[in-house]
Amino acid sequence: MEPSHSASHPLAIHDLTVAYHRKPVIWDIDLDIPEGKLVGVIGPNGAGKSTLIKACMDLIPRASGEISIYGKPYKKQRSLVGYVPQRESVDWDFPVSAQDVVAMGLYRKVGWFKPVRKKHLDKAREMLSHVGIEHLAERQISQLSGGQQQRVFLARALAQEAKFYMMDEPFAAVDAATERAIVSLLRELKNQGKTCMVVHHDLATVAKYFDWVVLLNMRIVDAGPTDLVFTEENLRKTYGGKLSLLDEAAQAMRHGKSHK
Amino acid sequence: MKMFIRVLALVLLVLIISHPTADASQVHAELAHGSQLAGGPLRSFELPPWEDVQDVLMLRNYNTKLVVLSTMILGVASGFVGSFLLLRKRSLMGDALSHACLPGIVLLFIIMASAGGSGKSLVGLLLGASLTGIIGVGVVMLISSTSRVKDDAAMGIVLSVFFGIGIAMMTMVQKTPGQSSAGLIDFIYGKAASMVLQDFVLLSGVAVVIAALCLLLMKEFALLCFDQTFGKCIGLPVHLLDVLLMILVAAVTVLGMQAVGLILIIAYLVTPAATARFWTDNLRVMLLLSALFGAMSGWLGASLSALLPRMPAGAVIVLMAAVLFILSMLFGTSRGILKRVISHRQLKIKVGRQHMLRAVYELIELRYKTSAKLSLPNKSIHYANLLSHRTWSAASLSHLLRRGKREDHIEKFDGMHVSLTESGFGEAARITRNHRLWEIFLITHADIAPSHVDRDADSVEHVLSPEMVRELESALEAKIDTQVIPPSPHEFFVADKPEGEKEL
Repeated sequence: MEPSHSASHPLAIHDLTVAYHRKPVIWDIDLDIPEGKLVGVIGPNGAGKSTLIKACMDLIPRASGEISIYGKPYKKQRSLVGYVPQRESVDWDFPVSAQDVVAMGLYRKVGWFKPVRKKHLDKAREMLSHVGIEHLAERQISQLSGGQQQRVFLARALAQEAKFYMMDEPFAAVDAATERAIVSLLRELKNQGKTCMVVHHDLATVAKYFDWVVLLNMRIVDAGPTDLVFTEENLRKTYGGKLSLLDEAAQAMRHGKSHK
Repeated sequence: MKMFIRVLALVLLVLIISHPTADASQVHAELAHGSQLAGGPLRSFELPPWEDVQDVLMLRNYNTKLVVLSTMILGVASGFVGSFLLLRKRSLMGDALSHACLPGIVLLFIIMASAGGSGKSLVGLLLGASLTGIIGVGVVMLISSTSRVKDDAAMGIVLSVFFGIGIAMMTMVQKTPGQSSAGLIDFIYGKAASMVLQDFVLLSGVAVVIAALCLLLMKEFALLCFDQTFGKCIGLPVHLLDVLLMILVAAVTVLGMQAVGLILIIAYLVTPAATARFWTDNLRVMLLLSALFGAMSGWLGASLSALLPRMPAGAVIVLMAAVLFILSMLFGTSRGILKRVISHRQLKIKVGRQHMLRAVYELIELRYKTSAKLSLPNKSIHYANLLSHRTWSAASLSHLLRRGKREDHIEKFDGMHVSLTESGFGEAARITRNHRLWEIFLITHADIAPSHVDRDADSVEHVLSPEMVRELESALEAKIDTQVIPPSPHEFFVADKPEGEKEL
């Protein structure tokens, strides 16, 4: 891979293998994510979707491989990457308000030892208004609904003002209004020329939401523009053996095609 | 909660086994010497005179001033650090750490004693305590990261093994001739009264540093506790912060060992923070309250211990913290039990009132409604119809009606008839309208079958805020005339007959 070539890619993965307790979770991953796309990462449970995202941000050690964000290691490109973790990954019974959580996305700008100031909170509110819940800015986070909590996480990622966003199942267990809000947010980010890589589990909406997909089942089954890659055969390869899922996938195909 | 019960049991144990004449009773004796009370350790329980109480509480007595002030300062420091420890869900780690301090104390005593000193230099002993305390935490982290043993098991192992080593070493030292190891045991149960000015200066200096670090690193610690994965992503050195937090916990533990003792210090760390959580959902307020509760426990506990005979300071301080905890658990404004009970009861009353008023209104409507435009007359209805209109018992209905009468919603009800007052009629109309709006919204926007809508509407309508009602109105404006009360979208199963016969 040419270095100049990978510098234009938000994410370039070469030969990545990650193992938990010496059992590989994902292996031999080679992947280049093009800039300015909405990328869906699709695969069955345990396929290593979250692991892939976490490995990209050095959150878990990798057994081998190289990952570059715009041509450089993640450590040097933190400010370019925004992250939306899974909602269940934190305890929402924490004594902070929605805007406090969003302000966490600004901590790099606030600086060590310094308190969060009014201008940061104003910024946090602005981000909350992007996801449609500015009126809940001072609400304690445990009093928000699941969808609202998800939006708080999105607003926090927006506050990072990144070029490349990685989102782990933002559509999981959210209400219809939140789903619409997230979709319009993704389109807005795309229009600004930003890249989003989204772990997604609902096959029915893949073709509608994403213009690029990565089909993952411990290895990359295929990756590319949705039109070319999101095919019945590829889905069978990805979900193979799991019959109910295969049916679901076939249904999703028909559904997706009818949307086109 | 489990933690709390455990600590409480420990406190009682310490109260029972601690030496009856040691510790605070000395202070008491000193106090009593200058006053009218008989000198010497008291065997019978007597309340101290009010002047003594005032002197101690207001810090006018030199001996107790030092003790009370240092426990207060310690309370502030442990309040801050304990908040983060609690939010990090590492309370037990603090316990493991404090128990792991014992071998270090004895080790440093042996080293210092064999070097020729008395082996009782406080700074030296505390250094030893920090050393093995930190090693203990390190071992816990090592066990849980390299093996599949879970955190709590690792902590249990480290806690008991290190404490066991400490006890074994201490017993060995005591059996060695020519060494006076008396006083080492004070670190286990605490001996606040033995504090001298030098100790006080050391303690308050370190406590100020601890509190300052907690405040300076508040947002970093908060992110570590709330979402360390995200923290790692934005480049926060989470491991370093974790270690720093543990060092702060170790510092508080070591400082508190002299006053509270290493067994009970965990209560001093965790209880004020848990107490503060009952009052607030704001981290800053929680830190301040936690520090305040810590200081209050120290102040009350140390004072009480100085005033009453045979009351070891450490245990009394922890008991004071427990009293504050229990009071807060009951009366806390954010998540206290009383608040929960009251709001639950209020909702139940509100739901009952709304059901009753709506039922009466629906019955009036069934009987007297002639056209959609004309307003309904406020007429009385048959009690028997009301009873069969919903599934409620005669007892609960008459309870609701009696409450309705007290609230001036029901004008009169006897065995036969029920009638509403003017305000009751207005309220009933409003409630029925909200219910109908919500029902229609569910049918038109949520695809719920009309036959199911009544029950679905029931569960939400009681919590409809005025803003939500306005939203409903604007959402439904195109479909219905929201100015008047819309007709029910579903049939009622009970006809308006005095006998209350059912009709489908």
